[in-house]
Amino acid sequence: MNPEQEQFRASLHSLLDASDIPAIARAWASGSYDSGLALWRKLSDLGVTALAIPAEFDGIGATATDLVVAFEELGHHAVPGPAIESVAVLPTLLSLTASSGTAFADATAAASAADGRDATELTAADTAPSPDASLRGTAADTAPNTGTALRGAAADGAPRLGGMALEWLPRLASGDTLATLAWPPHVPFAVDAGVAALPLGGRVVRESVASVDPARQLSSIDGGQFLRAIDTSDEADARVAAFDMGALACAAQLLGCGQALLEQSVQYVQQRVQFGQSIGRFQAVKHHLADVRIALDFARPLVYNAANSLLPQDISAAKVAASEAANLAARHGLQVHGAIGYTLECDLSLWLVKVRALIPAWGTPSWHRSRLMETL
Amino acid sequence: VTFRLEVREFLAAHAPHGLPSLDTPDGNLAHREWEQKLYDARLAAVSWPAAFGGRDASLLDWLTFEEEYWAADAPVRVGQNGLFLLAPTLFAHGTPSQLERHLPRMARADDVWAQAWSEPEAGSDLAAIRATATRVSDGWLLHGQKTWSSRASFADKAFGLFRSSGERHRGLTYVMFDLHQPGVTVRPIAQLNGETGFAEIFLDGAFVPDEEVIGEPGEGWKIAMGTASHERGLSLRSPGRFIATARRLIDLWRVHGSDPLLRDRVADCWIKARAYQEHTFQTVARLNAGGHLGAESSAGKVFWSELDIALHETALDILGPSAEIASRWTDGYLFSLAGPIYAGTNEVQRNVIAERLLGLPR
Repeated sequence: MNPEQEQFRASLHSLLDASDIPAIARAWASGSYDSGLALWRKLSDLGVTALAIPAEFDGIGATATDLVVAFEELGHHAVPGPAIESVAVLPTLLSLTASSGTAFADATAAASAADGRDATELTAADTAPSPDASLRGTAADTAPNTGTALRGAAADGAPRLGGMALEWLPRLASGDTLATLAWPPHVPFAVDAGVAALPLGGRVVRESVASVDPARQLSSIDGGQFLRAIDTSDEADARVAAFDMGALACAAQLLGCGQALLEQSVQYVQQRVQFGQSIGRFQAVKHHLADVRIALDFARPLVYNAANSLLPQDISAAKVAASEAANLAARHGLQVHGAIGYTLECDLSLWLVKVRALIPAWGTPSWHRSRLMETL
Repeated sequence: VTFRLEVREFLAAHAPHGLPSLDTPDGNLAHREWEQKLYDARLAAVSWPAAFGGRDASLLDWLTFEEEYWAADAPVRVGQNGLFLLAPTLFAHGTPSQLERHLPRMARADDVWAQAWSEPEAGSDLAAIRATATRVSDGWLLHGQKTWSSRASFADKAFGLFRSSGERHRGLTYVMFDLHQPGVTVRPIAQLNGETGFAEIFLDGAFVPDEEVIGEPGEGWKIAMGTASHERGLSLRSPGRFIATARRLIDLWRVHGSDPLLRDRVADCWIKARAYQEHTFQTVARLNAGGHLGAESSAGKVFWSELDIALHETALDILGPSAEIASRWTDGYLFSLAGPIYAGTNEVQRNVIAERLLGLPR
């Protein structure tokens, strides 16, 4: 990390530290999104939502390392919301495809012609709740703005995805909207589709599947024309890059979660007295937490190295190592807390379940191990 | 890049393979001859000053050398106690004449060095050592017993801690002494793998001249803790070693592997070897920026020692029923089992991590 990145981390930390995120996360879990969306506006003031968006779309065009710094802090503070999707995955996908020509548009048109429908209609119909509506937390209506813009782009003969980039990237950068999407081998569920928009023709087919993490609302989605089209197009590379950016962001978020679990556990074992002394004096407790520190210390360089190289095998290694370290932090963290850690009132619970939710997200550890072995 | 190529080409042309174990009389000699060749090519200790046979190379270049060395499957370094543990201590605390007297001979393997730390009643509790250094007019006389002294069976000299006064930590003095002198009896100990990789040293009035004391008398503990972090961390176990083993494991998997559960373990071994490598690069960057090897080296020691076992256990599990046959993998496995014990047991390291890095109470 360079000094600017250190400073960025410090700014994020002081914002989040002062924001009572546990209360915001619990509200988010109960379906009250206002405080969470307000927090996301503050995060966008610090540039978080603009990191992966190029300057020509009103973004910052930051490095993947900057992104990793941000996601470590988002994980560190258990910030709710579709962070990976809004800040890493969709910006990467849209900005890469925006500059790569019309293959996606052609393929989309062909696919929808095969469906016997007009591509323009289909896009409008399949476009998920409007960004404006979603920011207010009302997920019911479809998106007149987006639909109009896309129809316009198609009528001009402009590249469909390029048009989408123009429509979506500045909104994402400004923090006016959160967006979400998912595709295999990631789960078929999109996170927080009730409050975030589904661009690229994605469509909710069944709402509100419960997640192990109550602060994540899952919706079964149809990725729409996006998935059918991009599978057969040159833009598959962009899809892989976007997926990998999601996996990298997820790894960083897991690291941050693991760090938070370790910090809370270290604090707790110094306060908790049993047998006449703080339990942090017992070697059995010390060794649990030492192992967590070791796992995090050795996962972190893999995550930063992956941000630097962006090689798929490095990202897979980072995701596996960060998942394992965060899982150990959760397991040992709960163990040294004892029964209080097993309660909803203890903030630890927010991270315990988030870790479990993020481990299989954006490529399960098994999927990443398998991909890694193919490259070796 | 040119340095990497030079090392690669030199090793490809000259590195011997299949030498007898360095813990046998013939093997020890053969390994010393190899060290001579490395020294003549100025590759024995690349990060040392040129005056002592090195190249003034950076730590990153040293890591490159190590990667190439292990990738070339070149012989185990018979001089590693001296090169990787004593030399860094001498650079930090030695006198100019100690450096001149010992470093070139060490790098040529004219002198092979043994460690003399543990005693029968002082293992993990190193400060409990009882072997004494008694003041005489121009030096010190050593009495007592050292044990688990690595390489002592075939070494020329030894370095370690002796009690020069009663104070637990401040009564310890760090000395270098000749093993070939009256008052020294070395009894080799057969290890789990059948070789005499370590020994007991019985001392009955062996002499240490004043100029062979490192630092001031009574400063030994502080200085030894520096040596210990080298042994745990950067210098003794370079990432190149584990990357090379992980590559062999992947090759083994390609030939013999089928079980997807084992595939995942192979992947995990590779990931951990890479993690150790990236972590080491980060440590080197920290040292280059003026930092020190501190308690973080304890985390590294636990990590690589467990990784080494995982690498070999995975290989043996891939080999299936034929894993019982004595092989390079079984040799490596038996060697790896010592890792969590030497250089400070992993339990002691976890205490250090908990107390010094996490701030838990002692």
